[in-house]
Amino acid sequence: MSVVITEPNDHEQHDHDHDHHDHKPSGITRWLYTTNHKDIGTMYLVFALVMFFIGGTMAMVIRLELFQPGMQFVEPHFFNQMTTVHGLIMVFGAVMPAFTGLANWMIPMMIGAPDMALPRMNNWSFWILPFAFLILLLSLFMPGGGPSFGWTFYAPLSTTYSSDSTALFVFSVHIMGISSIMGAINVIVTIWNMRAPGMTWMKMPLFVWTWFITAFLLIMVMPVLAGVVTMVLTDKYFGTSFFDAAGGGDPVLFQHIFWFFGHPEVYIMILPAFGIVSAIIPTFARKKLFGYASMVYATASIAILSFLVWAHHMFTTGMPVFATLFFMYATMLIAVPTGVKVFNWVATMWRGAMTFEVPMMFALAFIVLFTIGGFSGLMLAITPADFQYHDTYFVVAHFHYVLVTGAIFSIVAAVYYWLPKWTGNMYDETLGQWHFWCSLISVNMLFFPMHFVGLAGMPRRIPDYALQFADFNAFISIGGFLFGLSQLIFVWVLIKCARGGVKATDQVWEGAEGLEWEVPSPAPYHTFETPPVIK
Amino acid sequence: MAQNKPLIGKLLLVTLAMFGFGFALVPLYDVFCDLTGINGKTAAVAVTGDNAIVDTSREITIEFLARPNKDMPWVFKPEVHSMKVHPGEIHIMNYLAENPTGRMIVGQAVPSVSPGQAALYFNKIECFCFSQQQLAGGKDMLMPLQFYVDPALPAQFNTITLNYTLYDVTQAWAAQQPLQDNIGE
Repeated sequence: MSVVITEPNDHEQHDHDHDHHDHKPSGITRWLYTTNHKDIGTMYLVFALVMFFIGGTMAMVIRLELFQPGMQFVEPHFFNQMTTVHGLIMVFGAVMPAFTGLANWMIPMMIGAPDMALPRMNNWSFWILPFAFLILLLSLFMPGGGPSFGWTFYAPLSTTYSSDSTALFVFSVHIMGISSIMGAINVIVTIWNMRAPGMTWMKMPLFVWTWFITAFLLIMVMPVLAGVVTMVLTDKYFGTSFFDAAGGGDPVLFQHIFWFFGHPEVYIMILPAFGIVSAIIPTFARKKLFGYASMVYATASIAILSFLVWAHHMFTTGMPVFATLFFMYATMLIAVPTGVKVFNWVATMWRGAMTFEVPMMFALAFIVLFTIGGFSGLMLAITPADFQYHDTYFVVAHFHYVLVTGAIFSIVAAVYYWLPKWTGNMYDETLGQWHFWCSLISVNMLFFPMHFVGLAGMPRRIPDYALQFADFNAFISIGGFLFGLSQLIFVWVLIKCARGGVKATDQVWEGAEGLEWEVPSPAPYHTFETPPVIK
Repeated sequence: MAQNKPLIGKLLLVTLAMFGFGFALVPLYDVFCDLTGINGKTAAVAVTGDNAIVDTSREITIEFLARPNKDMPWVFKPEVHSMKVHPGEIHIMNYLAENPTGRMIVGQAVPSVSPGQAALYFNKIECFCFSQQQLAGGKDMLMPLQFYVDPALPAQFNTITLNYTLYDVTQAWAAQQPLQDNIGE
């Protein structure tokens, strides 16, 4: 990325300008009525953090119950609700809103736009989210309990055997989907129409590129999710038979439709992470990103391939051999563009003048640990091996490596990276390093042994287990509690940084390049009202 | 901004189209499975076996499984558990159904063939699974299946397992009483 600003106004002047029309309503109405991309970005991020802790608390309940074999603390039915709602909240409430928050904050500033293209819709897409999750969480208190069929809500678990609150689950997923689709449309229109003069497609920062592609994935698969939950709703309450064999339907059809959404969904949760890491690594290696164009093409290839691999989640449903082979090879093919990305990040660091501030540490951990998650994904892609791994803790280990040490670590890295730009203050580097090292050690205590118990046959989503897994599970639970506690350090860092600290410079990081580093720190309420000119 | 509108329109169109596509997957899945037979579904319509040539050089074992769904109180079983047939030969097989309860129950049998690819070659001339079956409380009946195996059955198949799962569809039957449709296979 080479972006040079030749804007005539200097920043002092700019600031002064803004003070006049910087009026924002005070108190709660500022946040209720706001159409400002920075306010909305902040709300998304805070919301995601709150959801991260709620979903995390449920994970703690799960680990508490699994600390010892036998039934100790919760009933199996409640345990199932915890695994289900933990998954739903982390996917739809934590990771996706956090990425949308980052998109809101950063995309307009990165492409030199004054705001998102559709600010009023932006306000809507955020404000319907809390209601979606309120509905979902309150359903836990209904008679019969909340959703307990796993976040994948396979029929007939979600149709024939689900509790009465399933309608609430369906409506909350509808609302989440509408929110995501509105957010995605906003991102596409913003990037398409509001780039500053001179910001050509191949000059866009990779975070913008990856989000652009992610937004297309969102508008293509979230409607399919809306469709499949609607079918569950009508099957359960209105007598249709989409997934009911007695009426001519087919429960395996559910899995095909769900995973047609579900596999692109996992790339929705990782492509923006690729963009974040592609922003952080060059800054702290003080080198240009290696292979910018190949990064763009690799992202696009991953997105396209993600539509052709869904049935690798279903190898054990009795597919014919040629179908399993097709999905096995197509899945393995995704390792190629992903490998290109990892290669480019490593090549960017090669002979760079590296420093290891907290964002860089999280980005480095991302590369190593996400790659481990990728490798276990390759193992799962091997059809004959998958019969052994299917529905075991090996799968749990795999997707937590790509989602926690992948997506979540990248989000944390992004927050540390851009926090000085948002607040105008540097975060506490010592505390940040504590947060990093505690998280790194505990997250591996938590998820690495799951590979072993999974290979040994411990099934997922079961509140009890065979005695030989007891020691590993106690160790895993301790790792889980430590990881949960480590995140409190993060909250402490955030609060401390928001309240004050060493003033950040405009550029913040010595090696940082891009439009967001040209505006003052903290970023003024309105930026780039006159578009910058980019050479 | 005016130039946003056409783009928003197109993106909304994509969204709506994909919502429709989710539902279109339902018939597409059935069509795909009918063409390839990969999920073990047999043809939903009767065929005539008039012009089939009997291939006496091959012998195929047909295994019959029958089980009532867990909410279905009927006793449901095949007369024999397996038979050997020549491809092209027409056979009749009877299934026994008995309703031990005191009320009328409507049943729907759903077939599944294993290995799935053989389903394309398992032809039914007449089958009780083509329609819903009513049985008054305390009664029993024989339900016939008339079938032949297509002589084009690939050589790697020498055993075909036919499974019927019987569902209680009394409620759905009562609800759609005026518009008796052929829901079955």
